[in-house]
Amino acid sequence: MKADVGAPLAPSGASPFLRVPAFGRKIGGAAEFVLIPALAIAVSLVLFGIFVALFRKNPLDLYFYMYQGAFGTWFSWQNTLTRAAPLILTALCTALPAQLGMVIIGGEGALLIGALCATSAALALQAAPPLFVQVAMACAGMIGGGLWIMLSGALRHYRGVNETISSLLLVYIALAILNHLVEGPMRDPTSLNKPSTREIGAVNMIGTIPGTDVHWGFAFGIIAAVLAYILIYHTVFGFAARVAGGNIRAAKVVGLGVGKLILITCFLAGAAAGLAGMMEVAAVQGRTNANLAAGYGFSGILVAFLARQNPLAVIPVAILLGGIGASGGLLQRRLGLPDASVLVLQGTIFVVVLASDALYGRVGFLQRKAS
Amino acid sequence: MTDPGSIGYWTVPLAVLGGAIRVSTPFLFVSLGECITERSGRINLGLEGTLVMGAMTGYGVSYLTGSPWLGVLAAGIAGAGMGALHAGICGLPRVNDIAVGIALMLFGTGLAFYLGKPLIEPTAPRLPLIDFGWWSDIPQVRAVLRINVLFIIGVALAPILVWALKTTRWGLIIRTAGESADAARAMGYSVNLIRLRATMFGGFLGGIGGSFLSLVYPGSWNEGLSSGQGITAVALVIFARWNPMLCLAASLLFGGAAALGPALQSVGVSQGYHLFNAAPYILTLLIMIATCSPKRTLVGAPAELSITR
Repeated sequence: MKADVGAPLAPSGASPFLRVPAFGRKIGGAAEFVLIPALAIAVSLVLFGIFVALFRKNPLDLYFYMYQGAFGTWFSWQNTLTRAAPLILTALCTALPAQLGMVIIGGEGALLIGALCATSAALALQAAPPLFVQVAMACAGMIGGGLWIMLSGALRHYRGVNETISSLLLVYIALAILNHLVEGPMRDPTSLNKPSTREIGAVNMIGTIPGTDVHWGFAFGIIAAVLAYILIYHTVFGFAARVAGGNIRAAKVVGLGVGKLILITCFLAGAAAGLAGMMEVAAVQGRTNANLAAGYGFSGILVAFLARQNPLAVIPVAILLGGIGASGGLLQRRLGLPDASVLVLQGTIFVVVLASDALYGRVGFLQRKAS
Repeated sequence: MTDPGSIGYWTVPLAVLGGAIRVSTPFLFVSLGECITERSGRINLGLEGTLVMGAMTGYGVSYLTGSPWLGVLAAGIAGAGMGALHAGICGLPRVNDIAVGIALMLFGTGLAFYLGKPLIEPTAPRLPLIDFGWWSDIPQVRAVLRINVLFIIGVALAPILVWALKTTRWGLIIRTAGESADAARAMGYSVNLIRLRATMFGGFLGGIGGSFLSLVYPGSWNEGLSSGQGITAVALVIFARWNPMLCLAASLLFGGAAALGPALQSVGVSQGYHLFNAAPYILTLLIMIATCSPKRTLVGAPAELSITR
């Protein structure tokens, strides 16, 4: 932006909200990256408390039931972690391209396409052994979701089409394809009220982590987030991606293949969201239908921004947001709040967190001493 | 509408025409508003949320007061409020307008669903339609020519905005802020204030576009009311090269595309209904692929706009 000309060059990246600090050297400034988001969440909770107080509900009850529903009991913890699983993966769908300075918000579409591909794989391989089917489902879901987001990346790189808009348009196209297939060619004739595909079969379902009701998707989510972290911060590929994200001209000057970086990163991003779709089919729904469009893809955007696009920070933030989602049911039953209250709170957090970007580098006692 | 009637497959082009008029109105209002916002150098992706907020507010106020026009006004004010929120946050240092837009998309939708819960059941008075088809005996033609007032206002607004941007003092100030914030500052104007007003104006029109959804067509409030019209309209502004008259043409084209699915269904072609419903999104994508280029900035793009980088 022109306004930045003449401003001190110190820490200004391409676009401040995407600026990802190198993990090693930011220890001194790390407090900033924990305290400011925490403050933002606290402010959001207060604002939301005031909002429900306007509807004559006691905010203290609200906070109590939110805590109860999210982290109060072992049951709610399991509910929270189950919801966190797809959030980790869809957040990676936004966080990975963010390293390149791209804003991808189409995780929901990749999730739906991943679910469709995974279901198709399972239905095509009815006779195969379960483990083989599960691996095939995961591969199909990841490839489907990956190609879906890669399309956005390719359009950006080769045609200059804005990736934010194209990825969101692709969400609606994915939803139309899903509705078309589950009500037409792939419909199970016995699904009357809720058009669905045939079930993938109980033996092919992915079980739960022993001793819990949390399905394996949560473990896969954590593995994916750790792998993404290693890729971004500890490989040459990740370094190149961050260089390209910081200054695309510099990246071209030093001879980085920016196109390849964009395509691969977008593929991996979409693969993560596609895996989330596969998990929702193989561990929760057992089939594909419109229930899959539950908004995990959109909440994932919030998780990624709240985690400041850091793949490791995505894990705790996804658990927090999963907890907010898990508490929705209890808020509905005990306080009579509509189910959309979770959306309002999520939206409030998102807005406040972005507004808090203005605080970085401005709160004196959080700054590193200039060396 | 299961019986095609005496005019057979002529129903399809007629229904597409009628649909182009009906379905294009929200596209038209949102894209005109966004056009002004973007000409001031800022992009508001939150118009999807503004649209849903406008739909809910318009329906609620129309139900409570019995006057749909008050509903339209309230929807515009709610939209302007959302615009003010967007501009207020974007005015802070180091805050990115695209990210704030995404946040307000989620926030506006959530808030509208929350406040609109009690409005799903009741029926609110709707906006009137004007009958231009009195000369025809064919019911399908008459149905097509029953045109809503908001569409007429929108059509009239497009050339007015072209004129205002081109010749008025305010139009010049907005364009200056959009082309060079430094120049606007040098002239002594506050860029943030100009963009605040432009975004509020865009939100006002976006809210009115939303009230069309709940007060004219489909004409009720539910949570599935808007499916991406807001974001499609933002893409449409790029396609229309930031020119209000082209926004009008593009809106009609998109309305026609969106009406194709229901039109084909009305003559019994229900195969691929959902795919035809996706036609506007596919069309948007194809047009963006055809008109964008990685090598040059778009003709007519405001230089301060972050989306055309």
